[in-house]
Amino acid sequence: MLRSALLAVPLALAASVAAAQGTVKIAILGPMAFVQGENHWAGAEMARDEINQAGGINVGGRRMQVELVRADTNEIQSVPDATNAIERVITRDKADFLIGGFRSEAVLAMQEVAMDYKKIFLGAGAADARLGENVEKNYDRYKYWFRVTPVKSLDLFRTLMAVLNAIGGQVRQSLKKDRPKVALIAEKAVWTEPIVKAVQAMLPKMNMDLVGTWQPSAVATDVTAELSAIERSDADIVFTLLSGPVGISLGRQMGERSMRAVAWGINVEGQKEEFWQAAAGKAQFVSTLDTYSEVEMTPKTIPFVRAFKERYKKAPTYTAVTYDAIMILKAAIEQAGSTDADKLVPVIEKMEHVGTAGTDTWDKRHDLVWAVGKTAGIAVQWQDGEKVPFWPPQVKGMQPFKMPKR
Amino acid sequence: MYALLAIGFSLIFGVARIVNIAHTAFYMLAAYCFYTLMVKVGLGFVLSALIAVGAVTALSVICYRLVIEPVREHEAAVLIATIALALIFQELMLYSFGGHYLGIPSTLEGGVRFFGVSIPYQRLLILVVAAVMLIFCWFVLYRTRLGLAIRATANDLEVANLMGMNVNRIAMATVAISVALAAIAGVVVAPVYVVDPFMWLAPLVTMLAIVVLGGLGSLKGSLIGALIIGYVEAITVFAVPAGAYLKGAVALLIMVIVLLVRPEGLFGVVFEEER
Repeated sequence: MLRSALLAVPLALAASVAAAQGTVKIAILGPMAFVQGENHWAGAEMARDEINQAGGINVGGRRMQVELVRADTNEIQSVPDATNAIERVITRDKADFLIGGFRSEAVLAMQEVAMDYKKIFLGAGAADARLGENVEKNYDRYKYWFRVTPVKSLDLFRTLMAVLNAIGGQVRQSLKKDRPKVALIAEKAVWTEPIVKAVQAMLPKMNMDLVGTWQPSAVATDVTAELSAIERSDADIVFTLLSGPVGISLGRQMGERSMRAVAWGINVEGQKEEFWQAAAGKAQFVSTLDTYSEVEMTPKTIPFVRAFKERYKKAPTYTAVTYDAIMILKAAIEQAGSTDADKLVPVIEKMEHVGTAGTDTWDKRHDLVWAVGKTAGIAVQWQDGEKVPFWPPQVKGMQPFKMPKR
Repeated sequence: MYALLAIGFSLIFGVARIVNIAHTAFYMLAAYCFYTLMVKVGLGFVLSALIAVGAVTALSVICYRLVIEPVREHEAAVLIATIALALIFQELMLYSFGGHYLGIPSTLEGGVRFFGVSIPYQRLLILVVAAVMLIFCWFVLYRTRLGLAIRATANDLEVANLMGMNVNRIAMATVAISVALAAIAGVVVAPVYVVDPFMWLAPLVTMLAIVVLGGLGSLKGSLIGALIIGYVEAITVFAVPAGAYLKGAVALLIMVIVLLVRPEGLFGVVFEEER
């Protein structure tokens, strides 16, 4: 009895101290039943634990702990579910800040709700350029929005073209061919539209021939007909813009067909550790734009990736950049000495943040300023079950890109 | 695959007038069951396939007795009940396995080149399994007493009942046969596609288009309808590469046109008013 009472005193004291100090409540928004949401949450958990173990966030001399609110947006299945989730965390859970989102259609809708409530919303998943265009068009309403990952769709295009140029050079050399043939396969979705148009216009200028553009549904799981047509077109490179399960089918079926073309582009499923198994070990040489690998993008990248792997037994995907988003918030709050959104906006606008995924600065649209080696990301290729980073070549730890045997 | 799914769906509609929207959800369950047994438990292909098909077929019989049979007389209620069943199965898989896309190793490795096109052996296996199952179906329907009873019930449910046939038991047997066909489709197709909780939706739409085209209740119509829709989808991709995402819409358009021009489909029967 006495022992229980003695134990209760420090616990009650600790609770009252915590209550007096308060917390910074951050809602993590993502499709939690899916890998994207899992990584949103995992990255945020790592940031929260690191900050809290170090004593919390210094808000004008007061130490405040980080409290996360897990919000399942279910946005892959339903956009209304996403807007309901963000409304709930703002009104019921009283979240101070919002981080996450994945599907552009859902994030555009969630952005409206967040701006209605004047909440800082750090995007960690959607690429649609309109998210940033809104800031430029109506700054007073949309200034609370910042993009932390990925870069906007047209900047993704710049990275994709830079890597394609390097791969094209390798194809020219190995095949003794002046104009490599490129087949474009892009899922039908908002985020691919500007990239598709830009790629179609750009390829002739890069001395490459576009043999065709195939656009399967974003939820397709079979690309047999598409790959049959691509195989007949004698393409050297299959340029992919895929975020759904079709990315797995493409990798697997290219391997099963022993296709001579090499796949490069965005293949969100190809960024995941589980991709090789899901493609039944057939996705040899499939390459994709990615964010994390054990390479020195910044001094924080390798320690973060290793700690993530140790804790979650798998490598992080790009939505784990919620870690950086929370660290950006922490830095901004400590600099402003406040959690007031209007005071934090100008601080973030002027900030240069060295994160785990790159070095972030923002333009007038609150989009990341694109720069190779800073925010452009990395390129990886699946080689014998391992995801091997190969671009940008100047970053320490990159390995050679390999071509299929012909 | 489409043929196996459509024939099962058509069979159960023809015999018991049950529009089983959960039909492709059983196909999804079989794929998950097969994945768990083969990849997680480590059983071989044959044993995993047999258990998966057997378990899903048994589940369909339980579902029939508990969910469908009590409301069988009300077609709208059956429709709603089977939609609910499908969504329950989807959510259960989402809860158990998450939204991850799962892969199963091929049963047969390698492939052949045919007129410049690579065809993996796994795809040929699907073709062989589909052909064997269709022959098996034909045999059961036209060479066994059960088949005779099924056809009699399909022809005239009331008369079959008056002749002393246990139409409920026949309906249950038909549910088992049709779901077994869907489960077999799930098992052979799983190593080609990815397994996920929503994999039942796309084939459902295509399957509905096939049975409407072929004629509700007609097995021959389902087979020919499956071939036609399969070719139409492939031709859509070849003819309009940038409109490849429209292949499902094209199948649905065919369904709508058939419903407007020839509601009974290519080989369907015109149902009498009292049905």
